[in-house]
Amino acid sequence: MILSPAVRLLLRWVAIVYVAILVLIPVAVILWRTFSPGVGAFIASVGTPAAISALQLSLLVVAIVVPLNVLFGVPTALVLARNRFRGKSALQAIIDLPFAVSPVVVGVALILLWGSAGLFGFVENDFGLKIIFSFPGIVLASVFVTVPFVIREVEPVLHELGTDQEEASATLGAQWWQTFWRITLPSIRWGLTYGIVLTVARTLGEFGAVIMVSSNLPGQSQTLTLLVADRYNRGAEYGSYAIATLLMSVAVLVLVVQVVLDARRAKAAQ
Amino acid sequence: MTSAVAVLDPPGAGRRRRGNTSLRVGAATLWLSVIVLLPLAAIVWQSATGGWHAFWLAVTSNAALESFRVTLTISIGVTLINAVFGVIVAWVLTRDDFPGKRLVDSVIDLPFALPTIVASLVMLALYGPNSPVGLHLQHTKWGVGIALLFVTLPFVVRSVQPVLLELDREVEEAAASLGADNWLIFTRVVLPALLPSLLSGAGLAFSRAIGEFGSVVLIGGAVPGETEVSSQWIRTLIENDDRVGAAAISIVLLVVSFVVLFILRAVGARAARREELAP
Amino acid sequence: MKLTKPGARGRALAALAVTTSLVAACGGGGSSDVAGEGGGPKADTTLTMVAYAVPEPGWSKIIPAFAATPEGKGVAVTTSYGASGDQSRAVVDGKPADIVNFSVEPDITRLVKAKKVSEDWNAGATKGIPFGSVVSLVVRKGNPKNIRDWDDLLQPGLEVVTPSPLSSGSAKWNLLAPYAAKSDGGKNAQAGLDFVNKLVTEHVKTRPGSGREATDVFLQGTGDVLISYENEAINVERQGKPVEHINPPQTFKIENPVAVVTSSQHQEQANALKNFLYTPDGQKLWAEAGFRPVDPAVAADFAKDFPAPQKLWTIADLGGWGAVDPALFDKENGSITKIYKQATG
Repeated sequence: MILSPAVRLLLRWVAIVYVAILVLIPVAVILWRTFSPGVGAFIASVGTPAAISALQLSLLVVAIVVPLNVLFGVPTALVLARNRFRGKSALQAIIDLPFAVSPVVVGVALILLWGSAGLFGFVENDFGLKIIFSFPGIVLASVFVTVPFVIREVEPVLHELGTDQEEASATLGAQWWQTFWRITLPSIRWGLTYGIVLTVARTLGEFGAVIMVSSNLPGQSQTLTLLVADRYNRGAEYGSYAIATLLMSVAVLVLVVQVVLDARRAKAAQ
Repeated sequence: MTSAVAVLDPPGAGRRRRGNTSLRVGAATLWLSVIVLLPLAAIVWQSATGGWHAFWLAVTSNAALESFRVTLTISIGVTLINAVFGVIVAWVLTRDDFPGKRLVDSVIDLPFALPTIVASLVMLALYGPNSPVGLHLQHTKWGVGIALLFVTLPFVVRSVQPVLLELDREVEEAAASLGADNWLIFTRVVLPALLPSLLSGAGLAFSRAIGEFGSVVLIGGAVPGETEVSSQWIRTLIENDDRVGAAAISIVLLVVSFVVLFILRAVGARAARREELAP
Repeated sequence: MKLTKPGARGRALAALAVTTSLVAACGGGGSSDVAGEGGGPKADTTLTMVAYAVPEPGWSKIIPAFAATPEGKGVAVTTSYGASGDQSRAVVDGKPADIVNFSVEPDITRLVKAKKVSEDWNAGATKGIPFGSVVSLVVRKGNPKNIRDWDDLLQPGLEVVTPSPLSSGSAKWNLLAPYAAKSDGGKNAQAGLDFVNKLVTEHVKTRPGSGREATDVFLQGTGDVLISYENEAINVERQGKPVEHINPPQTFKIENPVAVVTSSQHQEQANALKNFLYTPDGQKLWAEAGFRPVDPAVAADFAKDFPAPQKLWTIADLGGWGAVDPALFDKENGSITKIYKQATG
């Protein structure tokens, strides 16, 4: 299709203006509002005791969610890529489920499962293990929404690679864990890294599910996203912009990593 | 090579490998069940214990129906808009070149990576009470719409982009040489090839839009009948301790999401097959 | 650093782990969210207070004053504000709390039933109520619609903002006031319900979850009249917002209870905080924040700030919360709840 220069220019500007109005300009406004009172005000706002607690809590959640997803996600991806078994397509569908579930529904599901009046209410009532309104609830909510990332990034890589190297290693007498550590893991490193990056970004950014299962107490059970909402609702607008900018920088970092990894993957493919 | 490996396999390896498989499948299933399936099953359980009558009452209550109306109309509108603009943006990114194209390309993914509450604040900064352009969209369905446009922007673009990239230009050139004008080429050659990925992206966008909470909560204001989306109504229900009602509305949202994804995937698959079979 | 070099990836991971644990380990965390107040002396005890939506102006003065007393030395308080009903239910479901301050007594009764508050919480002379307010009508500056009394709310086309009684304590007070006025203290219940019916069905269009959310909705431009606590009206006016408030001639006495949670690990400090609320110093702080104190001496001092209405109905006139809450506000069968649910879904 050869487009006339006029049409080509028109389409170009439609696309640019659309993206600018929708993404670039709003982001620029937030950045301007955050930094126009000066970097000092920004540092003070993200350095309050409540903000530091929120940062610590969010990082702690990430520190638990990422290893869980790697520990269970990589073997799941292995079994999906390498094996045929009954119910494989069902398993695939389940892995994709979190993409189709609203975050509020995730919160409701966890409350109905682990809450004191829930299906597994005995865990809290008889064993005294509080899940909802406590730290495990936040972790479970974050794991639910991040389940697909590592699996979906590692599985296609495994699929493409094939089993030649692993089988060769096995015939040379390596144990399964030696093969895994020396052969499989390095070969999936880009997919795994990107899956981890997505998991971190999503965990730090989860809001809808966490606001329902957390007791939202400042300094105790507020994640960074909960703090943004709390500050806005209290009328501390500047404070909410500051934390939002902090979270946005994480998102930008994710984009940068994505560009870098894509470049490396392209180079590796050559 | 494989046959050589089979000969050199130590005895019992086949059985061990099969045993390993079922162990790993079992572990994967257990992990996914506890994390994903059980919570969703709890919603069904709660609804079942309430009974069919309570389910029906909750789903047909005035507030629920209004929230469905608001959610579906805004989501359908947003999906259609982003389907059209998504194709345009993908087209410009693959077939055009201009300074700053790389920036535009990477910025498209920002809504994916951004926390939803930050997206709400971002939209509010430009379209809220302190709007620098004088557009006060808070508490209106346009505000909700623009927030949903923001978060669903990447879906269609990223679905269509790779297909556009791989598109065989020869067919277009052949059609052009036979005298077809651009519009005909687009509707008869390009669009059918894009349809499966376009529908898939649109389905994902719609599914995301109907469940979206964080990005509409600040700019929408939950005005019943105007901007209160179903996810907000669900949250109100659970805070008011109406667990049966919350479960019922959640089930409706899930079913709509699954059905739309399924239909669009099926239609897309059929379109893809028709493309392959076309001479 | 090329991540392909062996060991480089390990080093990168190690760097990440060290950074994360450094941030996690470095103290400086706490509940205060005031910029520049990074890490004062660490508190010996931290109490968690779960409250209804609007008492922050009072508590933000009380808490530092309490910390200055000998009983309150070294005590920090983490505060959580939200719709009274929702907060109460959350505490029953496990939300951590040492001391609670709700809008209406039934929200404390729920905790008594769940064995989280002792039955004699309101046995003393003060009946567990350290402060209160009256139901007030907030209008735009200049009172353009000339609102003076309850009947003025039924002007055609007038939009009234009031929260949902399913989640908010404020909402219950807001609807009890016109109910009591029109039903002459409950003697003619049907007249009261008819008025509430007309008010809610024809003039209430939004469903904010709490008293604070209702204020926010009103301040953002929705509605002509906001029914709210007098203390919330005073608070908003002090912030310079373009509103004024009118106390109708017949209004309702708002009494906000405070109780200590029995499962609290810090009974002594929680009780000390509760007792501080009743001291003359504490009562003066509540009055300065716009709440009507219960201490008669302090009330006399602040009489000009808190004009007495012509007729002040109380919950006792209607038979007490024990009778009123099930009859009017029961989730399924309460008369007012039914009206509200029908009108707003």
